[in-house]
Amino acid sequence: MTLLLIALAVLLLGAVAVLLLSGSRRNFSWLAAAFVLLAAVSGCIPAIQVLAGGPALQFRHPWPVPFGEFFIQLDALSAWFLVPMLLLSALCAIYGVGYLRSSVKKCSMGPVWFFYCLLVLGMTLVLLARNAVLFLSAWELMAVASFFLVTFEHERESVRNAGWIYLVATHLGTGFLLVFFILMGRETGSMDFTVWAEKGIHTPELAGIFFLLAVVGFGTKAGFMPFHVWLPEAHPAAPSHVSALMSGAMIKLGIYGLMRALTFLGAPSIWWGWLLLCLGLASGVLGIVFALAQHDLKRLLAYSSVENIGLITAGLGLGLLGVSYHQPLISILGFGGALLHVLNHSIFKGLLFLAAGSVAHATGTRDTNRLGGLLKKMPWTGALFLIGSVAICGLPPLNGFVSEFALAGASLKAITVNPADAAMAGLLALVCIGLIGGLAAVTFAKAFGTVFLGEPRQPVEAPHEAGMAMKIPMLILAAGCVAIAFGAVWLVDWIAPIAGQLSGLEPERVSAVLQSPALVLTTVSICGLALVILFAAIALLRCALLTGRTVGTADTWGCGYARPSARIQYTASSFVQPVTTLFRWLLGAHRQLQRPEGFFPPKASLTTETPDLTHEELFRPGFLKINWGIAKLRWMQQGHVQLYVLYIAITLIVLLAWKFR
Amino acid sequence: MNFPSIIPLLLALTLAPLLPGIINRTKALFAGRRGQPFLQTYFDLWKLLHKGEVYSRTTTWLFRAGPMLGLAAVLMAAALVPLGNFPALIAFPADFFLFACLLGLMRFFTVLSALDTGSSFEGMGASREVFFSALAEPALLVALATLARQAGNLSLSAIFTQVSGAHWFAAGPVMALVLIALMIVLLAENSRIPVDDPNTHLELTMIHEVMVLDHGGPDFAFILYGAALKLWVLTALVVGMIVPDTGAIGLNLVLSVGGMFLLAVIVGVVESTMARLRLLIVPQLLVGAGALAAMAFLLGLNK
Repeated sequence: MTLLLIALAVLLLGAVAVLLLSGSRRNFSWLAAAFVLLAAVSGCIPAIQVLAGGPALQFRHPWPVPFGEFFIQLDALSAWFLVPMLLLSALCAIYGVGYLRSSVKKCSMGPVWFFYCLLVLGMTLVLLARNAVLFLSAWELMAVASFFLVTFEHERESVRNAGWIYLVATHLGTGFLLVFFILMGRETGSMDFTVWAEKGIHTPELAGIFFLLAVVGFGTKAGFMPFHVWLPEAHPAAPSHVSALMSGAMIKLGIYGLMRALTFLGAPSIWWGWLLLCLGLASGVLGIVFALAQHDLKRLLAYSSVENIGLITAGLGLGLLGVSYHQPLISILGFGGALLHVLNHSIFKGLLFLAAGSVAHATGTRDTNRLGGLLKKMPWTGALFLIGSVAICGLPPLNGFVSEFALAGASLKAITVNPADAAMAGLLALVCIGLIGGLAAVTFAKAFGTVFLGEPRQPVEAPHEAGMAMKIPMLILAAGCVAIAFGAVWLVDWIAPIAGQLSGLEPERVSAVLQSPALVLTTVSICGLALVILFAAIALLRCALLTGRTVGTADTWGCGYARPSARIQYTASSFVQPVTTLFRWLLGAHRQLQRPEGFFPPKASLTTETPDLTHEELFRPGFLKINWGIAKLRWMQQGHVQLYVLYIAITLIVLLAWKFR
Repeated sequence: MNFPSIIPLLLALTLAPLLPGIINRTKALFAGRRGQPFLQTYFDLWKLLHKGEVYSRTTTWLFRAGPMLGLAAVLMAAALVPLGNFPALIAFPADFFLFACLLGLMRFFTVLSALDTGSSFEGMGASREVFFSALAEPALLVALATLARQAGNLSLSAIFTQVSGAHWFAAGPVMALVLIALMIVLLAENSRIPVDDPNTHLELTMIHEVMVLDHGGPDFAFILYGAALKLWVLTALVVGMIVPDTGAIGLNLVLSVGGMFLLAVIVGVVESTMARLRLLIVPQLLVGAGALAAMAFLLGLNK
């Protein structure tokens, strides 16, 4: 516990230290990164001990806030989220040192590192808090700190807009959480999470309402469709190391919150599982369809986060359905797959955002239609982005495949069981996982293929490879992708107790159920290894065949065309055009086409843009309606003090009358 | 792992290049030509393996690694597929998800290699390939999942040893629908008419062939061999549904291999008698295959 408290103190100290230094023009990013790294190391040690089977740690201290208590606890569920969160924070901080180097001259580094430390502190506290007031305070700290990080480049109008959307969205979500926690407190007579988990809610209707509140409240942070609107705005606006942290760690806290809430609510009803499954699969499919239509590399990655959150949620849904239908294997595989995907997504999405940041840093643009051929100029970034892409598409042998395999395993198991509706749930999940996998391959073939391969589509400033501080965190994350792919079977022991806690099974039962999946997982890892060995063997064969033969170079075969240029290449937009045409009813892309006309056409142009569907069709009109309704009440605001005193008096009298009714 | 389980893999490795030969001979027969020898693919492979390489100046290491990774992936996939009643070398529950993902890996790197050349034609082929296969993958998974529910087992080898003549009598419509869906996936994944035309001479209209325009020498040999293996493994899935279990190992083997060749003839007949679909219609065909498989699943739910 001491180490955890030290971690919290170090983060606070770091925040204060950089604030004190912020007057100076010196580059003190290293100091901030060192503080975060120190906190990460001292926080991870107890978390790993807990995961390895150690007892849960807790610490209580009085806190003079109504209903508040500084009550923190580290159990396996918190620890599972804490470890990747802290490690990613440290890596992103190190990356940030290199990334922000060019901005040092322009503005002080104080605020950005101050809020970075506070964000990490907020996220750590969210995971540890066991008192509702403390939890909400930490949640708010996290939201506000990340708002200031998103608006780092506040001189650009688009960034300010993105910041506002994020601030509004996150507070709407928090509103639902506030209601959820207050009602929970009223039902159980305590603000203590441990009490909530013990007592549970025993009326199914009430539990259902609480569940819905939790889904909306936590789902807004996690980015479920249609509450995801802030994600594609905020992620591209933030500096890349912050987007990596937000996408890799912060949105997962929404998932954590939902899992934690599930432990309060007692036995799940069947419709909970169905709701989460459908919500998750819809987020997955819509997220990836929108991702592939984006031209902005970071916006594409943001939508792909929606997709991955969708897969995680679908796993939770399968887990709950497994509990409802009394199928322990389905529930363990569903929850376990979701948990593993949380870890995996932290790693590869962190990697992809950092690599995208390096591209933006080197070329000054994120527009995939302008880029090309960067693999030659930035070999490291390119290779690392490729590893992230293969992992996120769920292709063997990397880690994304392992967690998707677990999720597919849950749905396949569901397919073979009775009753028929469980089988239908399995089929639905399987179809969507297949479709999501295929479309993810389209998206990332486009992202990697148009940014790193071919020739530059438009001249950009001479790109340079990322510096050491930026390269090393990416290398570590890529190594994580490989390590988890081959070592997943050792993680089973860590995941099993958490999955058991979520599905309400005894530990012995869980280990009995997990025996055959663990065996399958080993086989899958061996298959991955075999794949690597086969590749090496073929490479050796090719090497042997080509020794002593001529290996020449030439131009790309232009099918007889003598003067090919970089402009005739397929662009990112043209690459995905068949898919966007198929989904045009959903995407509602704006097209502006100026055809070449007349005998001597001077110019022609085509621009496409895919705005967010829910933002355009649901939230914007919704808020306009609310605005319109509120404007109707404007007559009450006359600006006379007497009138306001009258309002107060009337309110008091009404309240008094209500009290003595 | 026991001795007979190595047989499907060995047969796949040795006989796979024969399938394109049979298809081409069938097509030649329909066109009234003599056609190329049955062993033409073997000759091509032999010749290509003895050549040097010419690389485009635009390409990077990825272009060289792509064909090798593709071949490694499809070799791995071949180890997962049973032949008739012979279990595969590697079998475990849900192995067909790995199978589908391995084909996905092969495709991903073929597509990236195509994009690496910077050629507009190859970009076009790559774009179509990823699009069609994104639609074919759910159809393949649902078709196999339906069989898994029928057999009550999740590994390919167990499914195909259990799915037998009895299933055809008990749940004929289910099996027929799955068979049609798998057949469509087979044609689409192997770039056959009605989805793609391997023999067209116009780069604009090709899908798979245009993606590998710039490859040559041993790299192209890997691609050709990989394509033949992919055709073999998907054909083996279809054949596995039909071939009956006679009880005698030798007879089973002859029947299975015979079934493979027969299916290749059928593919040739389809190619000779059908026109290729317009590219805009192909998604409908693939979604249709998925719908057929889903219908089969619903029909077989009460199992």
